[in-house]
Amino acid sequence: MAIEVRIPTILRTYTDGAKAVDGAGATLSALIDDLEANHPGIKDRLVETKDAGPELRRFVNVYINDEDVRFIGSLDAELSDGDQVVVLPAVAGGAI
Amino acid sequence: MLTIDQATRDAIVAHAKRDHPDEACGIVAGPEGSDRPVRHVEMVNAAGSPTFYEFDSTELLALYKQMWANDEEPVVVYHSHTATEAYPSTTDIGLASEPNAHYVLVSTREHGNNDGPVEFRSYRIVDGVVTEEDVTVVPASAEN
Repeated sequence: MAIEVRIPTILRTYTDGAKAVDGAGATLSALIDDLEANHPGIKDRLVETKDAGPELRRFVNVYINDEDVRFIGSLDAELSDGDQVVVLPAVAGGAI
Repeated sequence: MLTIDQATRDAIVAHAKRDHPDEACGIVAGPEGSDRPVRHVEMVNAAGSPTFYEFDSTELLALYKQMWANDEEPVVVYHSHTATEAYPSTTDIGLASEPNAHYVLVSTREHGNNDGPVEFRSYRIVDGVVTEEDVTVVPASAEN
């Protein structure tokens, strides 16, 4: 099952500069584990472990077919063959 | 060094003044690899806050898809500080995720929504290291 994952500039150090890579998985969580197997280190940039378990990092946005995964189950969001996944770091900051 | 045309610089300053006391934010896109900021895009500060800014996640995706379609990249990523100097905060540094971008900071602390000079400064932020750079304002963008 191939799922295209668009990688942002800041994470391309993990993908040898590739803008997009293929991955596999029935959920976002499984896809991230698959990415980690081929691009070690990338998972830690996407996921953090809290008391309640692993969570998508607050300032990382992931979209499945243009939908923000936070609205469709976050790490449990379901994936199918041919889905397009985009990873974009938040553009954010502040005065403090 | 950041080279930016007068009209774009003025538009960024006008945006910052208009949104004061909340932080204003946006980008100036340019052709990939050109280092030329040519297409100014004002973004909504989804945080609507005087001390924080964040692009709305849906608008962020739309923006990036548009840039990919145009072979553009964010040449400038800007936001305003409304009560403090135009220097990246710890949060700004920690969240900076475009190593190729010029991070522009505008401070509206002195004149708020009113006319008057503002601090307009530019930085590179790579791996947590901030380097201030000169800003050169030119009459028109190089392609004109």
